Amino acid sequence: MSAIYILWLREVKRYTRSRAQIVASLGQPMLYLLVLGFGLGPVFKRAGNGDYFQFIAPGVIGMSVLFSSIFSGLGLLWDRQFGFLKETLVAPVSRLQIMTGRTLGGATVACIQGLLVMVICLLAGFRPHFSAIPLALGYMVLIALLFAALGMAIGSGLQDMQGFQLIMNFLVLPIYFLSGAMFPLSDTKNVLKYVTRADPLSYGIDGMRNVLGAPNAAFDPRLDFIVLVVVGVILLVFGAYRFSKIEA
Amino acid sequence: MIRVQNLVKTFGSFTAVNDVSFDVPAGEIFAFLGPNGAGKTTTIKMLTTLLRPTSGAISLDGLDPQTHQNEVRKRFGIVFQDPSLDGELSAEENMEIHGVLYHVPHKVRRQRTEEFLKLFELWERRKDQVKKFSGGMKRRLEIARGFLHTPRILFLDEPTLGLDPQSRNQLWTIVKKVNETERVTVFLTTHYMDEADRVAHRIGIIDHGKLITQGTPRQIKEQTDSETLEDAFLKLTGSTIRDESADPAAAMRQFAKMWSGGRR
Repeated sequence: MSAIYILWLREVKRYTRSRAQIVASLGQPMLYLLVLGFGLGPVFKRAGNGDYFQFIAPGVIGMSVLFSSIFSGLGLLWDRQFGFLKETLVAPVSRLQIMTGRTLGGATVACIQGLLVMVICLLAGFRPHFSAIPLALGYMVLIALLFAALGMAIGSGLQDMQGFQLIMNFLVLPIYFLSGAMFPLSDTKNVLKYVTRADPLSYGIDGMRNVLGAPNAAFDPRLDFIVLVVVGVILLVFGAYRFSKIEA
Repeated sequence: MIRVQNLVKTFGSFTAVNDVSFDVPAGEIFAFLGPNGAGKTTTIKMLTTLLRPTSGAISLDGLDPQTHQNEVRKRFGIVFQDPSLDGELSAEENMEIHGVLYHVPHKVRRQRTEEFLKLFELWERRKDQVKKFSGGMKRRLEIARGFLHTPRILFLDEPTLGLDPQSRNQLWTIVKKVNETERVTVFLTTHYMDEADRVAHRIGIIDHGKLITQGTPRQIKEQTDSETLEDAFLKLTGSTIRDESADPAAAMRQFAKMWSGGRR
């Protein structure tokens, strides 16, 4: 247990210590929120879909949780590069404990990041059901765990920076753009309809929209919850398996 | 303390370690020497549970690294060829993580952290982020960390690579001191023959995966009729330069992938 705790603490310390990085990582969500939120707002309203700003806020929160959690898993690549990974792999603790500590740490950091973005959203004019914020946090935790595990599974096999670019462009960004963070999923058709429904982030953001009372939620909140839990557990097992196969 | 019998490791058709046997008694400083690619690091990896031998037997403090992985891991400390510290954290925090991972009780952890950081002259800088340390300081911290959990054996894989003579001198002086006070067995590799001559009680020389000779530095010099250990080493292993791929570790990983049973 103490091994899990110390590795969790390491992730949190590394995050809170890199202030510049925290500020930098808030830039992108703010850009989406303010530029798209206010820029596309009038068009959205004219199309009869309600307040776009209220709609996109949970999407932007989901985006920051996604990026932060998946990058924490990919952080394995850095630890490999700078050697710290070996220190943990040769210690007398199981790989499962190491993986668990790291994943929980990454997920915690992602949730802090998500909360910071939520505060920005509130300051910018987002008006959810305030009493539902703890529930929304629950969805954040599920998103964070799921993608931290996915990041861990991928990070376990990454050897260098080239692979990182590929993952960014062919996995992380598609997951974001296809999640319905920026457009309502209920109106999607044909291929897009199926692809968006295969994206686990869709359910995370939809779940937050449901509980926060944002417009245009597409699914039942219970479905959102079940999908996140099931996919999350599968990815945690997969991540643990991949991590156990790393060669020191 | 360390007993190796007929150890063999092959990667595909390449034999990295070929029928190597040696014994290192408790409390001894044993230097394992050889040109690049001779099989030193592969041997250390097998001794430290990171690689499974193709055949042969290893016993560390009476235990087989394969069957008693965690027990064996508690008994040794290792300083790798490449750094393995977290640069974002402080020296103290790096020690803390290590202590927790090796199940060192809180009180002992604090006591030994202070003792070893002082011994390695890092105590004043304990709160500083490791990324601000010089190369020599980082090495010292890694070795201090290796001693933290009171290992029976300390493996040092080329610990002085790239350090200036002052740092090297200081480092070996401390290692020798701890070897005497704590009776810890030290298994080291180095390319600096003068270091091995000065520090090691006994030396083993490996080339092309085979152990060519072993004995005290004096025995090896006498055996080859050489003035210095460096001359003896060159006589035994020849003076041709060994071509190695840019990153031997990466090449090894490639080989290891082909040989799925070696995964750990």
